[in-house]
Amino acid sequence: MNTAVIVFPGSNCDQDVMHAVAGSLGTKVRAVWHKETTLPEDTDFVILPGGFSFGDYLRCGAMAARSPIMKAVAEHGRRGGLLLGICNGFQILTESRLLPGALLPNRTLNFVCRPCFLRVESVSTPFSSLFSKGQVVQFPIAHGDGLYTLPEEELKALEDRGGVVFRYSDSDGLTGDDANPNGSANNIAGIVNERGNILGLMPHPERASEALTGGEDGRVFWQSILESFTKGGR
Amino acid sequence: MEYTQAGLRETEYEEIRRVLGREPNECELRIMGVMWSEHCSYKSTKNLLKLFPNNGDRVVLGPGENAGIIDLGDGLGAAFKAESHNHPSAVAPYQGAATGVGGIIRDILALGARPVASMDGLFFGEPSSSRTQSLASGIVHGVGGYGNAVGVPTVGGKTAYDPSYNENPLLNAFCIGLIPLDEIVSSRTARPGQAVVLLGSKTGRDGIAGAAFASVELSEDNKASRPSIQIGDPFGEKLLIEACLEMNEKKLIVSMQDMGAAGIISSSSEVAAKSGVGMILHFDKIPLRAENMEPWEIALSESQERMLLIVDRSYLHEVMEVAEKWELDCAEFGETVEGDEYTILFHGERAASLPATLIGDRCPLIPWPSRRPADLEKKWEFDVDDIPLPEDWNETLLSLLADPSLASKKRIYEQYDSMVQLNTVIGPGHPVSMLRIKGRDSLIAMTLDADPWKCSLDPFRGGAETVARTVRDLAVAGARAAGLTDCLNFPSPEVPEQYWVLEECVKGMAEACGAFDCPVVSGNVSLYNESPDGAILPTPVVGTVGIIPSIDAALSAGTWEEGDVLFLVGPCNPSLAGSRYLLSQGKLAGRPLPFYPEAEKDFVERALKTASAKAAHSGRALSGGGLAAALAKESMESGIGASISLSIPTRKDILLFGEGCARALYAVPMSRVPLFKVLWNGYPCIQLGRVGGERLSVEGAFSLTVSELLSKWRNG
Repeated sequence: MNTAVIVFPGSNCDQDVMHAVAGSLGTKVRAVWHKETTLPEDTDFVILPGGFSFGDYLRCGAMAARSPIMKAVAEHGRRGGLLLGICNGFQILTESRLLPGALLPNRTLNFVCRPCFLRVESVSTPFSSLFSKGQVVQFPIAHGDGLYTLPEEELKALEDRGGVVFRYSDSDGLTGDDANPNGSANNIAGIVNERGNILGLMPHPERASEALTGGEDGRVFWQSILESFTKGGR
Repeated sequence: MEYTQAGLRETEYEEIRRVLGREPNECELRIMGVMWSEHCSYKSTKNLLKLFPNNGDRVVLGPGENAGIIDLGDGLGAAFKAESHNHPSAVAPYQGAATGVGGIIRDILALGARPVASMDGLFFGEPSSSRTQSLASGIVHGVGGYGNAVGVPTVGGKTAYDPSYNENPLLNAFCIGLIPLDEIVSSRTARPGQAVVLLGSKTGRDGIAGAAFASVELSEDNKASRPSIQIGDPFGEKLLIEACLEMNEKKLIVSMQDMGAAGIISSSSEVAAKSGVGMILHFDKIPLRAENMEPWEIALSESQERMLLIVDRSYLHEVMEVAEKWELDCAEFGETVEGDEYTILFHGERAASLPATLIGDRCPLIPWPSRRPADLEKKWEFDVDDIPLPEDWNETLLSLLADPSLASKKRIYEQYDSMVQLNTVIGPGHPVSMLRIKGRDSLIAMTLDADPWKCSLDPFRGGAETVARTVRDLAVAGARAAGLTDCLNFPSPEVPEQYWVLEECVKGMAEACGAFDCPVVSGNVSLYNESPDGAILPTPVVGTVGIIPSIDAALSAGTWEEGDVLFLVGPCNPSLAGSRYLLSQGKLAGRPLPFYPEAEKDFVERALKTASAKAAHSGRALSGGGLAAALAKESMESGIGASISLSIPTRKDILLFGEGCARALYAVPMSRVPLFKVLWNGYPCIQLGRVGGERLSVEGAFSLTVSELLSKWRNG
């Protein structure tokens, strides 16, 4: 599985994601500058990393969604290729309309960075296949604009089709308002598109990929992706 | 223009005239006024700073450069420095704090190092006042807004409150970076015939003469001086970081200098003077963002996110290519020449011509008169017998934990990205922050601290205690202090009593640095921190960096386990002078304990052995709030209680709340108790009790559940 990490000006988790994927899977990872117009030919998995692309000076992700590389990224997604947006990458995915909804400023209006519990809602996606349904995992969050929202009917449709993959919870898996760090609708932390190949995730699995720094739940996340890829050959 | 309008003193003006052999023109006068301001010239403190030891086995680069560098072994160095941005933060809290963070990051970058972590020292006024709340909120948002976007984690810091900071809050920003020792970029390596290049943002009118603004007291007049405030662009800084590191990696630059205080003039003249070359600069080639700027405005603009590069002409093309990739402006605007002559040309005319060495180096020092404050002894008059023992120990402990200076700072530090770059092993909220170095076993440990109250009661002892606290914290965590950086935040030196306090603080700090063999490798001085309402407390802030040889030799805090035996090491007669306990009752009185070098050194060696021998589960050096605060914090963070009995004749409030001296609280697993006792044999060491249960109980004093403690500590 060959991974391409797209680097936008202002990305700041690109190196971290590359480190985590290479460290967890030992597979090939390459950085691709946003001004490229094509992905490396053998790319299997594309990651839009976290950060502040273009300084978040417009709506978060809005500028990056119009970067030259995004045509090729969208095409990769349309073909059914694995595509993951983390944090700012999630914002870029919604701004690109590759995923539904939008990410608004946290309800506290403050940036928040801390470890966070998530309940795994669906294990039928390539990004979560090695978890068990209802399992509680810990990935840190670090964002100012993580309040996931979409119109009520679309929210219902998303829930009905099982598009919510991760939900903010407490350590026991309860998804009360106390466990919601940003005010997201239904405590949503990560969603997948209908086809199941594009995941947007606000928390940072790359920050939970080593015991020394943040724990190892993220390794299972990466391993899920590799195993699904190996089995399914997406 | 009169020299006084430029902020120059008569002796300074005379010196300039003498060296030039003529009258300086207006542009030159304005340049010299800023360059010889206190902020840039250190004319009041240069002699004092000489007292600090700054050599040592590990020191690669000491004071006088953009930052200090210590040797981490195997060819890797850690570059670090702290810098104040107090006046700007008082006037425009968000931008002042943001650009403070941006500036210190560029100082680290200027050495070619990748910035890997930040810490911040925040000193605010009365927490209940709306003025403080708005300043604090702006400053915290500014630190986060900049640091988060630029991708440098904020891993620790210090926040404290005192009415003396009401109108003059302090923001001290610390940054550390990593650099292979053979890739260090110096400001001393320019040679004649090389290109002078400006990389980064366009130059505007923002922040003109900000350095001069920082060199006078805050007043209603100059609070209106918003043009003196710089505007930060963390996105621009992120691009600048990547571009500079890429250029350095490709070995395209000879020399690099951050454009901070006094912008172009300061950075370029410094490189010229240190390298022993002259410069001819064409100011009409500098990309501008404001119209009709005068040469002196261009020279003194403090527009942010700019770097000065000295480039060998054969690499100029490649430098431009890297800049273009990162979409940064990059302009060659001058060249280095033989000699000492620093010339500014503007549309073909000579705007200024000064000896490079005159600009930065030769400001006449000011020997301010120094006088011991007459009321010093009066502050020491303090009889503990006048203080009744607490009637309700539970209430006393809870209100101490709710004291804003001691309470949890989670609400602040959760607004900072503390994890980006994936090196944070121990982040904010702990006595020591730890970073791993990818591909190595060793950890970098760092801590930032200050004790303005003890410094105000006895500046010498307070200064020594400030340094000692950081060294003890590091030692307990398993790190030997390798070097430190400091921000000396003080009021005007022109008041003899205030100058004496500054002098004594420095002497005390120097004494402790010498005893610990912990050199001062970088730092800055911020004077004139006072407003019409009064002066700030003397506030030397110290950021100390140490190395833990391997992850196995690191000892964490707040990791008690059921059944652990608790030990207090260190003398049982601490002092309530300047203690958080008395301060929380509104009393600033007493004389802090002296610094005992031999006991301190002994403590450090034993603490290091305790960590490396894994003789404890958890350790915490005692500081603000004394033993009681340490017990409570350890208990809250571990989520478990303890039962303690104190069979010591010392008055219980002194024993529990007193501060000072090299002391620590350890939680030792039963099986390691014999080893622990051997390691501390010959040093005061008493067994306090056992870890377990839901309550933290001290016999004859308080007994509270962990959740009761947590609720007060977190929510006040």
